[in-house]
Amino acid sequence: MSAVIEVEHLCKRFGDVMAVKDVTVSVEAGDIFAFLGPNGAGKSTTIKMLTTILRPSSGRMRVNGFDPVTQSYAVRRSFGIVFQDSSLDEDLTAFENMEFHAILYGVGKAERRQRIHTLLDFVELYDRRDSLVREFSGGMKRRLEIARGLLHEPKIIFLDEPTLGLDPQTRNHMWSYLQDLNARQGTTVFFTTHYMEEAERIARHIAIIDHGAIVAMGTAEELCAQTSSQSLEQAFLALTGHDIREEAGGGLERMRNLRKAWRR
Amino acid sequence: MGAIYVMWLRQLKRYGRSPARIVASLGQPLLFFVALGFGLGRVFQAAGAGNYLDFLAPGIMAMSIIFTSVFSGMDLIWDRQFGFLKETLVAPVSRVAIMFGRVLGGSTTSTLQGVLVLLLSIALGFRPEHWWGVIAAIGAGLSLAFLFAAFGLLLGTLMRDMQGYPLVMNFVVMPMFFLSGAVFPLDRVASAMRLLAMIDPLTYGVDALRRLLTGSAQFSLLTDLSVTIALSLVLLLLAARSFSRMQV
Repeated sequence: MSAVIEVEHLCKRFGDVMAVKDVTVSVEAGDIFAFLGPNGAGKSTTIKMLTTILRPSSGRMRVNGFDPVTQSYAVRRSFGIVFQDSSLDEDLTAFENMEFHAILYGVGKAERRQRIHTLLDFVELYDRRDSLVREFSGGMKRRLEIARGLLHEPKIIFLDEPTLGLDPQTRNHMWSYLQDLNARQGTTVFFTTHYMEEAERIARHIAIIDHGAIVAMGTAEELCAQTSSQSLEQAFLALTGHDIREEAGGGLERMRNLRKAWRR
Repeated sequence: MGAIYVMWLRQLKRYGRSPARIVASLGQPLLFFVALGFGLGRVFQAAGAGNYLDFLAPGIMAMSIIFTSVFSGMDLIWDRQFGFLKETLVAPVSRVAIMFGRVLGGSTTSTLQGVLVLLLSIALGFRPEHWWGVIAAIGAGLSLAFLFAAFGLLLGTLMRDMQGYPLVMNFVVMPMFFLSGAVFPLDRVASAMRLLAMIDPLTYGVDALRRLLTGSAQFSLLTDLSVTIALSLVLLLLAARSFSRMQV
């Protein structure tokens, strides 16, 4: 097996703040990989750099063999992403959001209809396909976002806290779909989550990041053994401590969080 | 191609879904027609400059086009705040295609808005010289809309929130409008004023509309259209370049 994501000494500085200090990580093709860490540890920042929407201060990255900084187009062809916060157009219907995505990603017309149908069915939004997204609840938007991320069947799929705010039914449903996709097409799954039992159950490999650097890497068993813990949750706490973190963020981030708080 | 189509269609759908905004943006042109057209009409006529409503109608049509097209470009800021921007940033399509689709969408909707204003002026008594001129004027309106949608989009890529919007309106768009010869004839002003009008890109758009709708103009149609289109392309490329450097 070869590495489909390679990161060496990645670093991102925002003014005086080092959001990502030194991340070195490698993900094998076809792996299901969990990227764990407390709030503000640098997970989302790392994902943003891997997915070409943020430029690193220093370090080297390869996604599907391409450099996100200099070969962004080739990298963008390789992945799908479910962002941590909404990236839907709320003035369009669920169906339109799906269809526009499919066209942007060059999914053929016949295939498009069928896949949109399957995926909207799968997230139980098919009956609401012609409703404007602004009328959806937080959970429904999340489901639509996930369905859209899966639409073009990418080689690598990034999911930044995909299950946040989802009920256990939908969560299980989503993971079995992703596991199936992984088995059928060898899709690499790279995800972050705060649910440790989810990571333990789903991920084959795990990296734990704290204060912008990787503190541990391995399978769930290895991490437990390394910290002589019974569960991944204990191992996680042993590695990252018990302090509660404050998430740094600008005004925009605060506004978004506020919006989220109101929605749920 | 797909990306251009999708970004264009998106703007159209969003426009069609906000009828309140369409009606609201007819308020300002109506006010201009009433206050200037009927308020200054007699003075204008007494000065021997002809029918003011005929003179004003192309100018107000241009005004409505540029206000809505600048605003449509700045829509990008909302996309940033509501998250849709990220969807377009990670899309595996050329940045120029995304920007071109957006500009085309914004200019289509603001041209529609311009047509509504033209209809409004006709309802108020304006009579275009030829009916074929109306068709050509819609085409010229589209090129003008394209220019200002690209301009708005460029600003949208550079600004993080809508707080800068009044600044742009008051210090860029409004001066451009008032100096363009939209509301007064340029052949009767001081040469300094005329010079300002000459470097105002809107002047050429207004001039083209006025020629096609009323038959009188300052410059040749060729000059009008070449200035407008050349500047449009420059701004589109600048917007695409700025977009490709955007980070979230």
